[in-house]
Amino acid sequence: MKLMRCPVNGWRPVQEFSYGGTVRPMPPPGECSDRQWADYVFHRSGAAAVKKEWWCHLASGVWFIAERNTSTDEILRTYLYGEDDHHE
Amino acid sequence: MPFGLLRFGMSRRYPEPRMFRCPDRLKPHYDAVIIGAGGHGLAAAYYLARDHGIREVAVLEKSYLGAGGTGRNTAIIRSNYLTAEGVRFYDESLRLFHDLSADLDLNLFYSRRGHFTLAHSDATLRTMRWRAEVNKHLGVDSELVGPEVIRRECPQLDLSCGGHTPVLGALYHPPGAIARHDAVAWGYGRAASQRGVEIHQQTEVTGIRVQGGQVAGVETNRGFVETGKVLSAVAGYTPAVMEMVGVRTPLEVHPLQACVSEPLKPWLDTIIVSANLHLYVSQSSRGELVMGAALDPYELHSTRSTLDFVEGLAGHLLELFPFLGQVRVLRQWAGLADMTPDFSPIMGKTPVEGLYLDAGWGTWGFKATPVCGKTMAHTLATDRPHPLIVPFRLSRFDEFDLVGEKGAASVGH
Ligand SMILES: Cc1cc2nc3c(=O)[nH]c(=O)nc-3n(C[C@H](O)[C@H](O)[C@H](O)COP(=O)(O)OP(=O)(O)OC[C@H]3O[C@@H](n4cnc5c(N)ncnc54)[C@H](O)[C@@H]3O)c2cc1C
Repeated sequence: MKLMRCPVNGWRPVQEFSYGGTVRPMPPPGECSDRQWADYVFHRSGAAAVKKEWWCHLASGVWFIAERNTSTDEILRTYLYGEDDHHE
Repeated sequence: MPFGLLRFGMSRRYPEPRMFRCPDRLKPHYDAVIIGAGGHGLAAAYYLARDHGIREVAVLEKSYLGAGGTGRNTAIIRSNYLTAEGVRFYDESLRLFHDLSADLDLNLFYSRRGHFTLAHSDATLRTMRWRAEVNKHLGVDSELVGPEVIRRECPQLDLSCGGHTPVLGALYHPPGAIARHDAVAWGYGRAASQRGVEIHQQTEVTGIRVQGGQVAGVETNRGFVETGKVLSAVAGYTPAVMEMVGVRTPLEVHPLQACVSEPLKPWLDTIIVSANLHLYVSQSSRGELVMGAALDPYELHSTRSTLDFVEGLAGHLLELFPFLGQVRVLRQWAGLADMTPDFSPIMGKTPVEGLYLDAGWGTWGFKATPVCGKTMAHTLATDRPHPLIVPFRLSRFDEFDLVGEKGAASVGH
């Protein structure tokens, strides 16, 4: 069984988590052009890499960040948003 | 081994027939280079040579012919989509499939089965009625049917699903079919090769050279090749190729898994899909049940298989066909699906002159192989998108002009 570490609840089966997509900076909605907004809404860096992603532990509703290698599925780190300086 | 047989095998008078030539050297220049020897790339090469007289074409494949989704799909062919753009496009593909065996002189085992998408809820029934109306309007044989018709066409199905989620009706699409996916790739490959196209396996494109906004050639693990026209037909590998030229796409790659059972006597001649149970099944001509489910839930560029997938699938299969409890799974595998936000493909020109894109094939691209080959060949040859693919242009995302097919493509690939 594949396990993932929730920063609050510890190691749990990956089935308990939901993927929320890559962390991408949002341009200011009121100021950016339609083109910039479309780029934010639709386009991605789709190639395999180590990516920062949003994940949610469904049972407890905790949203957090995972750094994951999207070609090997290796989860490198998980931490709460804003706590990325605190290495494990 | 009898000596006579050995002598026959070694004799030059009876060489082993080859499906296509394997030239040992790349030429320094081609009129067009196609990246990816999947069905789409090979079909495009074939129609370029056959319909447009462009024969100095190389198809470059990093692995072996059909290594991608082409050799991994569950071979369902249908045209009962949700949007007019989608229905027209896929229906043209179905038409091309009908005489493709004769055209390619190879038995593709094209087999018309009738395709049922079961509805277990009112919400699903509503989308199906909508689809049926769009389909009928565009001349596609498709209708909403009640449980009686399903019982008649597939008496083995437990319509009550063990009392858990009873089947209320289905979208019935009589022309729904399956075919031998490998044969489609091999047939196009052979026919293209016979018309002068070169297929180079073990040849990976590692870069695309652009000069003044125009394609100048491709870098490969076997050296540089000059060309003014490049078609990227690499499905699940598209983001990596487009990032070579800095073109952004909305593609997100997820694995899609499938499995087959041990061979059984023929008993299932329809294709059964249940969106609510996330499951589809058909029986191949050699008796195996070919089964699949929804996409894996997160981005991953790996063709690994999981126990989770077969477990979930088996559970749902038994709700529909409880008598399969003792049947064993023979093999399971996965392929990469390049998913678009609107479940429609991305086809046509790109911001780089001379670079053409055929991608966004997600979980639904096998059925489109012939029409993709035809329309992309036209687009390459004339430098203008074929009318059937204009709605699928990459720039639709910048224009907020999407072609929403999710209701027709999310589970029933
Ligand atoms: C399990 C599963 C079930 C499916 N079921 C169905 C179905 O029932 N019906 C349906 O219509 N569709 C189905 N699909 C989708 C379908 O398989 C694909 O959309 C389709 O095969 C895409 O074909 P293609 O020719 O575009 O790409 P592919 O067949 O994926 O070919 C792309 C090729 O490009 C090569 N390549 C990649 N990068 C490079 C490079 N840099 N240089 C050189 N070569 C490169 C790859 O090795 C590969 O051979 C399914 C897919 C899967 C995985």
